Amino acid sequence: MHTTSASTTLDESQPLLLSHFDDLEQQHNASNLGMWFFLATEVMFFSGLIAAYTVYRALSPEAFHLASRHMNRVLGFVNTLVLLSSSLTMAMAVRESQLGNKKRVVWFLVATAVLGVGFLGIKAVEYSIEIHHHLLPGAHFQIPSEDLTEMKEVSSTPEELGLLKGRFQMMFVLYFFLTGVHAFHMIVGIVIVLIMANLMRIGWFSGHGTTQIEVTGLYWHFVDVVWVFLYPLLYLID
Amino acid sequence: MTHHIISVRTYVLIYLALMVLLVATVGASFLPLGGAHLPVAMTIAVIKAVLIVLFFMHVYYSSRLTWVVSVASFLWLGLLLAFLIADYFSRGWLDIPGK
Repeated sequence: MHTTSASTTLDESQPLLLSHFDDLEQQHNASNLGMWFFLATEVMFFSGLIAAYTVYRALSPEAFHLASRHMNRVLGFVNTLVLLSSSLTMAMAVRESQLGNKKRVVWFLVATAVLGVGFLGIKAVEYSIEIHHHLLPGAHFQIPSEDLTEMKEVSSTPEELGLLKGRFQMMFVLYFFLTGVHAFHMIVGIVIVLIMANLMRIGWFSGHGTTQIEVTGLYWHFVDVVWVFLYPLLYLID
Repeated sequence: MTHHIISVRTYVLIYLALMVLLVATVGASFLPLGGAHLPVAMTIAVIKAVLIVLFFMHVYYSSRLTWVVSVASFLWLGLLLAFLIADYFSRGWLDIPGK
């Protein structure tokens, strides 16, 4: 039994128990649950855009089909691969923190951040190609001529054509918002992962930082889950 | 503290399953499925998401409270989409003046 409350030597492998928790398990579960509640609000945050996407796609499937052909499937595929790999390295970082191998945790976290940066780099290339082709919604948006001819073929009235043109641009609005908001989450995730890696390196955490790394992992995997849905919804309409 | 430490083997198997599903979803988009494209793509995405949530996010080994919160978060999305779709699809059914 622990009777020495004024012990000066801290057992590094055990997390510090904060006074407002009964035991370590409760403390750990509270952190985990807190992150899950945050992720629940994140699901709702993305829900708004997903709902807008659902409505517009249901109203004009042709426009979405035509617009989706301009998304770079190959880069999207590579990016999904990169992101899923980063999830594996993140999961491995959590595992190593549970085992108490601090150095390995740092390396797996750095690997995760590197893959995350790779994802953003590829995304930036995609954006620049799309902007170059005048596909960024706004004053410089231009409907490619081959799509315009197809839209003229399927629409019977000028009003219908106008609506199709609007929905075609709307797909790009949704694309840039959904992927942009996702990319923002990635940037936040990379910063947090790097901060965690540094804190791990300097030995900031008690108990090998298991709880902290696990909670960081939850956020990272969530961002991955969002992309798992975005990829087929935006790139793979056919 | 009781942690269930998942083996490297399990993580790698889940990763490989995710890769196979990724290839499957791209492959399915090239197949002539007609109207079934979206349901097929979404089914694969849901399977991938469930694998990530259960194993990478450890929900499979977590407390019941975590189960409830994680399932509920997707429940709200489901409710939102269900009512939204019900609204938009049923709008033309009744000829209500001034609608």
